[in-house]
Amino acid sequence: MADDKMLSVAVVSAERALWSGEAKSIVAKTPEGDIGILANHEPVLALLVDSSALKIVEADGSTMMVAVHGGFFSVAGNEVNVIAEVAELSENIDVERAKAALARLQAEGDRDEDGQSALKRAETRVQVAGIAKTVTTR
Amino acid sequence: MGAQLRVYRRRIKSVQATKKITKAMELIASSRIVKAQQRLEASLPYLTHLYAAINAAATGAADVRKHPLMANAENRSKAAVLVITADRGLAGAYSSNAIKEAEALSTNLREKGISVVPYIVGRKGVSYYRFRDRAMGGQYTGFTDQPTYADAKRIGSDLLEAFLTPTEEGGVDEIHVVYTHFSSMVAQQARIRRILPLEVVDEVVESSEGSHPSALYEFEPDAETVLDGLLPQYIDQTVYSALLMSAASEHAARRRAMKSATDNAEEMIKSLSRQANQARQAEITQEISEIVGGADALSAAG
Repeated sequence: MADDKMLSVAVVSAERALWSGEAKSIVAKTPEGDIGILANHEPVLALLVDSSALKIVEADGSTMMVAVHGGFFSVAGNEVNVIAEVAELSENIDVERAKAALARLQAEGDRDEDGQSALKRAETRVQVAGIAKTVTTR
Repeated sequence: MGAQLRVYRRRIKSVQATKKITKAMELIASSRIVKAQQRLEASLPYLTHLYAAINAAATGAADVRKHPLMANAENRSKAAVLVITADRGLAGAYSSNAIKEAEALSTNLREKGISVVPYIVGRKGVSYYRFRDRAMGGQYTGFTDQPTYADAKRIGSDLLEAFLTPTEEGGVDEIHVVYTHFSSMVAQQARIRRILPLEVVDEVVESSEGSHPSALYEFEPDAETVLDGLLPQYIDQTVYSALLMSAASEHAARRRAMKSATDNAEEMIKSLSRQANQARQAEITQEISEIVGGADALSAAG
């Protein structure tokens, strides 16, 4: 904790640690609503809404989105750990593929429980990838 | 060439072919151990964070002992035992050790009046139980050498469902997992671990790196809900690390088995070529004595 105006963030998925670094702020979606975390936040342990987008504003001001599926995050002493069963960084998502998958799922129109959550995941993925794209083109 | 010599040569050739195969399998297994170990290590950060969070949530929750995943049912009558074996053989006693451990656990549970529902991972275990005509709660095959999180999730959700079903409707009260612990390249042991119900530990966990395990977290939405959300993940993750651990052990066991098979083949080739040489020598000696005998007979006649 060299700088007490920064958060040190780690994004960890079940299979491996995905990303870690310094960030200015984080916006996450919990069952109670969106929550924004800045440095020196009080300790929080919160569930993340399934298939939601998490926004990380990095130290250099650039925004990174992460699609998280099933997980939680904890904040303690400017250390933030985002723990998710499946997490995808926006830069690693293939936009075209994500869109194709979403279109395919929408066309199927199959709405059992699994189908629902698959559709939701695809939507989040496209959303996350899309937002990242607009940020980088600006 | 004498008949005996030909037999020896043929056997040497066949043993050499086998040796080539076992050597190749040994090399493949050695490279896979490393990969399996890396995957195991990569999954550790998640595990540590998850356990820390469960700890925090359990501490924060008002009455942990009432939580369905924690509460010990008063009289347990049914337990699920997840046994992790290999899909393929030629791994020494790897699968049979796990099965043996599971059998011991089942006997133990039955003595306490708890009936056992086996859940089997790996083709070897499945065929063992099927041959003995025992009912299985679930069987999962085709991924034991490279398990993914999705595989673990499939098993985990089945187990959770069985656990949440009331006992009267065929649910289970306990979940155990039998896996093979990877202590080192040369030592692996079959082990038993109880996944559910969780043991509630009241003692304060010592902080290891001066981090913030004792931070008083605010829970969002509240500690009970967080705990509810975390526990299925805990099951999936525990199954996942048991699978990864067992995969590493499987490769290590296979490497060792194939190494000794290769050594034995070498030994066999050595002794067979000795015998072949002896047979060849005997043949030559016989031929010489036949010639000498023939010449002697000729000169005696002349």
